[in-house]
Amino acid sequence: MKLITVAGPPSSGKTSVILKTIAALGLPEGSVGVVKFDSLTSFDHQRYDEQQIPNQTAFAGKICPDHFFVSNVEGAVEWGMKKGLSVLITESAGLCNRCSPYVNAILSVCVIDNLSGVNTPRKIGPMLKYADIVVVTKGDIVSQAEREVFAFNIREVNASATVLFVNGITGQGAFLLARYWQDALDIRTLRDRKLRFTMPAAICSYCTGETLIGEMYQMGMVKRMEFDDV
Amino acid sequence: MSALDYVAEVSAVPIGDILRRYPLAADYLANIRLSGVDETKTLPEILEDVDEDMLEEFGLDREEVIFHFCAFIEAFSRVKRPDEAISSITILGGRNKTGRPEMVELTITPGEVVSIVGPTGSGKSRLLEDIECLAQRDTPTARQILINGSVPDADKRFVAGGKLVAQLSQNMNFVMDLTVQEFLEMHAKSRMIAGSAAVVEKCFAVANSLAGEKFTLDTKVTQLSGGQSRSLMIADTALLGSSPIILIDELENAGIDRREAVKLLVGNEKIVLMSTHDPLLALRADKRIVIRNGGITKVIETTAEEEETLHKIEAIDSVLLDIRNQLRGGGIVAKESIPEFQEI
Repeated sequence: MKLITVAGPPSSGKTSVILKTIAALGLPEGSVGVVKFDSLTSFDHQRYDEQQIPNQTAFAGKICPDHFFVSNVEGAVEWGMKKGLSVLITESAGLCNRCSPYVNAILSVCVIDNLSGVNTPRKIGPMLKYADIVVVTKGDIVSQAEREVFAFNIREVNASATVLFVNGITGQGAFLLARYWQDALDIRTLRDRKLRFTMPAAICSYCTGETLIGEMYQMGMVKRMEFDDV
Repeated sequence: MSALDYVAEVSAVPIGDILRRYPLAADYLANIRLSGVDETKTLPEILEDVDEDMLEEFGLDREEVIFHFCAFIEAFSRVKRPDEAISSITILGGRNKTGRPEMVELTITPGEVVSIVGPTGSGKSRLLEDIECLAQRDTPTARQILINGSVPDADKRFVAGGKLVAQLSQNMNFVMDLTVQEFLEMHAKSRMIAGSAAVVEKCFAVANSLAGEKFTLDTKVTQLSGGQSRSLMIADTALLGSSPIILIDELENAGIDRREAVKLLVGNEKIVLMSTHDPLLALRADKRIVIRNGGITKVIETTAEEEETLHKIEAIDSVLLDIRNQLRGGGIVAKESIPEFQEI
């Protein structure tokens, strides 16, 4: 089974890109599945259901979405194997821009949209920096020049990634993306594979349900902000 | 030069001088929150004073910062291989929506304009898309696109993807909060064009000559009117863009000199394909591709007679333009302002 990890900020067009790319793969119905990692709510499963795409949705709830992803991705692979899938796609939202749910040797795709501002590629961090393919969406509504500048800013952060423009509505560009997906690595399990980048750390009192504000309530790993002297 | 070759230079030369040699490298430092550093120190000296924890947030240690910084300089100093010139593209027919073969082989060369006509939903955009991804009988239309008469190798197809072709459509807007000048400078920077000031100046002048209403260098791009935006996009694509092929999805409905716009693109040795319903544009093209039911049904060369009709169509067009201007100016449209058709 080929595994592909897709990440990107909320509403960047991940689900649309995945749907169009699955269509462009042209594999038999039911052989490509999706596991969606979200935080609280998601309606994307309806869109996958409509297309008869086997899918599972999981909610991180109060757990850091990144940690939730890494502790469940192996289970996702097991599910895909049992289901007899030939391609499994994991989809997760990089909510804090620090996420990078990428695993060594596993094809990693970052989806960002052109409308999010030219400097966004520079702010996203590991999610963009460690991706193999960066998919840019919503390019059909901005000028050619802005698309080029956006792609340039992506290259400044990740010079080795392939940058592709995909239109999530018409599917333009999904064909090329599908060609890359066809070459993704075949795996049976993820056990013992390594993440490309460390997950955000947080082991403090607020992780375990503390809600009161004040130094005396803070324990564990806390990072203090430094303010200018006044 | 490899990234390692830059390490010695970066280790010995003060960062101020390095940044003057490689101005883009400032972006790398800014990306890891290292802007405004002491210019008299070298990068390794600067890093001595930087908190390791801060670097760790970026997944880096001091040595890695130096190496990545050098790799960045290397990546953006690489002498760009001059793009292989495109001397032609060829469209080999596939099949239409009902599976009937398209009997077509059309070669287009730089400086040529080809229009694409057909009812809405007939497959005009699909043809533009096939060209954009250099289809090799592997898209739903089974068309094949050749570059310079031969099959582009897989590498070129993927690496060049998006760079060969620039697109312009009616739906496109500017979304950056920048002035015209800042916008053009930013684009020039990303293209790493030498002497960008002159190019920016020229681009601005040309855009203004295409636009019906003039704008200034300090106008925000988001505040430009439809016609002004389109003019700026076209001038920018012609003069600052690197793509040899330009796909235009409808150019009408904008206060812009369409004739001059097409001339500008062609004059810059671009291959122009234009999906249009506008008779003035369609007939000004050298050829037009007729699409129906997802397939190319014929390719028509603009005849001498059609070219002669152009000035009549222009006359009709200018009548319409006059009426439009009267309306815009708050006037009353008089019967007399519309000539009898025999008079045209």
